[in-house]
Amino acid sequence: MSIQETRIVLKNAGKINPLSIDDYIRAGGYAGLRKALQMNPADVIDELMEAGLRGRGGAGFSTGMKQKFTSESCQRCPQRYVVVNADEGEPGTFKDRIIMEQDPHLYLEGTIIAAWAIQATQAYIYIRGEYHESIDKTQKAIEDAYAAGFLGKNILGSGFDLDVEIRLGAGSYLCGEELTMLESLEGKRGNPRIKPPFPAEKGVFGMPTLVNNVETLANAPLIIANGREWYRQFGTERSPGTKIFTISGQVNKPGHYEVPLGVPLQDLIDLAGGMRNGKKFKAALLGGAAGTFVDASMLGEKMTYDNLREKGATLGSGAIIVMAEGDPVYDILHNCLRFFRHESCGKCVPCRVGTTQLVKQADQLKSANGDRKKILEQMVLESQIMAGTSLCPLGQSPILPLESAAKYFSKELCTTHH
Amino acid sequence: MSTQEIIQQFEPKQHNLLHILHALQDAHPENYITEEALEAAAGHLGVTKSTVYGVARYYTMFSLKPRGKHIIRVCASPVCELLHVNDIIAALEEELSIKTGETTKDGLFTLELSECLGQCQEAPSMMINDKIFNNLTSARIREVIQSFKDEARK
Repeated sequence: MSIQETRIVLKNAGKINPLSIDDYIRAGGYAGLRKALQMNPADVIDELMEAGLRGRGGAGFSTGMKQKFTSESCQRCPQRYVVVNADEGEPGTFKDRIIMEQDPHLYLEGTIIAAWAIQATQAYIYIRGEYHESIDKTQKAIEDAYAAGFLGKNILGSGFDLDVEIRLGAGSYLCGEELTMLESLEGKRGNPRIKPPFPAEKGVFGMPTLVNNVETLANAPLIIANGREWYRQFGTERSPGTKIFTISGQVNKPGHYEVPLGVPLQDLIDLAGGMRNGKKFKAALLGGAAGTFVDASMLGEKMTYDNLREKGATLGSGAIIVMAEGDPVYDILHNCLRFFRHESCGKCVPCRVGTTQLVKQADQLKSANGDRKKILEQMVLESQIMAGTSLCPLGQSPILPLESAAKYFSKELCTTHH
Repeated sequence: MSTQEIIQQFEPKQHNLLHILHALQDAHPENYITEEALEAAAGHLGVTKSTVYGVARYYTMFSLKPRGKHIIRVCASPVCELLHVNDIIAALEEELSIKTGETTKDGLFTLELSECLGQCQEAPSMMINDKIFNNLTSARIREVIQSFKDEARK
């Protein structure tokens, strides 16, 4: 197969000792930070914006824009914060874990660059409690970065101070949502905040806060060190750069693969060794539970934020869960709906009641003697209402797998036997 | 370390609450947060006991009930389900003679389900305490459980 990976974010992964800061520096590490500290913070933001970097957590929002808003809001505020979203919990996603386990200094360097860009002197890395190896390796990276003068007071003689601390999650998917993460960081229940205000205006402890994903920040040192033109040679005009896709399920070589944005779905499946034991492709769930099902008609589609959105699908976190002929879409959809029910915090009614109701109806879909088509239509309608009325992305998500499953697999979902 | 000694390691600010709860739970041989510990944490942070209770109840990694020495957390994600994790859960329930959510009579194991553990490249997966176990089969389950039982007998 001709398709190959393009490893820029993962260039060190598996090649250097992730516990050695010397290895990282020998591989060109912290050159981006050195350069950034000699630039104006506003120019750093400008570079990221012009490079076209978009949030790799799933939303795909311009990283430079987000940093600009945060740096410019509330000039009277005594403090600004960077929060690194390392609460990777979207089903089928493990790209951030790979970065944290195999090259922790890369995203730590990106964190320091982001802090310089918005002039924050405190950063928190919020890592999910289950990721022990990521936690340990990040902790070691932080300690070594302090010892080497990349953290602490007067970083590399620039006069800039930054402290970084790890904060632990405790098993809540919802805390991966940026405003909810801020509540959790403050030691509270993970109930979402109403927005606006956005974190850029009023984030953790009421101060302007930049929340960036691990993979997003891992791109920053590369862009600063090599420049926007270099970065834009990868990917497409509107989705520049690479993306780490995590491919799982019915493929021969499940794993993480970094490719330029814009590669067709079929190429990614080929990269992952093709279909397991030569089975026939049936479906893929793109972007995890808060993602969309696609069928074989989408295999040729380019994997970019905008192209997939136009086609009613999602790139999301980069998860690709591959299903083969014979695998039940119903079971996977049911799994997603149970997941939302479990993770709903209960604060707002449409999500609390809606996620419970959708699981009940999914059960009826299996057992009903009546009109299954009507039940499915009702489910889609309810998920639309939830999307329009829920407080946070959790209640707005069931519509994604549900509507797409109904679009491509309604016949299967409405047959009598599952 | 006593409950107070653990709590005193943390600055008395509410943003430390999750870390305090993790530390209290990890230090307890039955892997849970006691009523007394909740009260002590609330006292240290100067918040109500109901605040601490509410936080502890919210996060699934925390338990307010005694659990086994080893916490088994099986990944219940769509990927693991696609790759037949239900057979793995059945094998565990049979091997341990308990249902999901229960603790074995000898207090050695508690069986729980978890959200995606991010090990999808080698699904199905589970964690026992801090350790990941991938590419699970029923045979491998018996092996792993036996090794923990042998360890306990030593």
